[in-house]
Amino acid sequence: MRRLKLERLGWIFMRVSGFFLIALIFTHLIVNVMQDGGVHAIDFAFVAGKLANPLWQWFDVTLLWLALIHGTNGMRVVIEDYVYRINLKRFLLGGLAVSTAVLIVLGTLVIFTLDPCPTDAAANLLPSFCTAG
Amino acid sequence: MVDTVTRTSRTVIAGTLYRGHEGMWSWVLHRITGIAIYFFLLVHVLDTATLRISPEVYNGVLGAYKTPIMGIGEAGLVGAIVFHALNGLRIILVDATKWGTRYQRQMFYVVLGLWTLLMIGFLPRHLINVFTGGAE
Ligand code: HEM
Ligand code: HEM
Repeated sequence: MRRLKLERLGWIFMRVSGFFLIALIFTHLIVNVMQDGGVHAIDFAFVAGKLANPLWQWFDVTLLWLALIHGTNGMRVVIEDYVYRINLKRFLLGGLAVSTAVLIVLGTLVIFTLDPCPTDAAANLLPSFCTAG
Repeated sequence: MVDTVTRTSRTVIAGTLYRGHEGMWSWVLHRITGIAIYFFLLVHVLDTATLRISPEVYNGVLGAYKTPIMGIGEAGLVGAIVFHALNGLRIILVDATKWGTRYQRQMFYVVLGLWTLLMIGFLPRHLINVFTGGAE
């Protein structure tokens, strides 16, 4: 019974997170890929400039958590559909859980601890506000 | 196929609705695109994490993305994401509305139509950027 209730929660989560991910990912792609110059315009200065804004920080963290948990739960379902050898299955599910945990912690730290103006870097690689004033 | 479709409680629900014809193809594509996006995201969080090492390292890593081959890969990724998103919305509608089940086949063709339109809007712009943009 408990197992079934969890499974039902996961099922609902896939739909709710999917709904929000549409807005998040399309915005992410429009801002990063469809801007002038496309992917060529992405560099440290561009990203550090974005992440100096708390709005983009919270946007990225929401995207990171929702996409990873959604993707991980999806991969869990796929593994459970195809892998029957119990040891292999445990190994894969364990690896999945660990890598997701690591990526969530790493990604969250990167977003909130990034210094947009590291002092030892060449000024021409940094956002323009680092040298202004 | 039938066997795997009926094995978990989640797919039992899906199995009776989506199996066969358009329903099965949409399910296969949804699964493949979901897995592909997951592996991309794994690498993507790591490449973004190099921001924290130094501007030089991040720009160097991103430089590796700015090649024609990666540009085509990005086109594939965007195609996968757009399909997964539109078809995911279709799955949500099938499950959440009274009329969804009846029109799930029509909605699959709407998904394919919208996907084609969005890709027609995206591809020329992206490919022009990839093949004429920056010097790297
Ligand atoms: C763009 C917004 C997205 C929407 C609307 C969406 C929607 C959905 C829905 C509704 C399901 C459940 C299918 C079912 O229960 O039969 C699903 C499954 C899945 N999604 Fe997403 N998703 C989105 C983004 C993502 C992302 C970013 C990833 C990867 C990180 C991902 C990976 C997966 C995987 C691996 C599955 C399992 C596939 C299966 O069981 O066959 N999805 N998605
Ligand atoms: C080719 C297409 C893509 C490009 C060029 C791109 C580019 C970027 C860039 C420049 C950043 C740095 C932060 C920012 O700008 O907000 C970033 C971060 C991020 N992207 Fe993407 N992205 C792409 C596709 C995707 C997709 C499809 C997803 C979702 C599945 C995604 C999820 C994320 C997440 C979660 C972060 C934050 C990473 C962290 O916490 O360190 N991106 N992306």
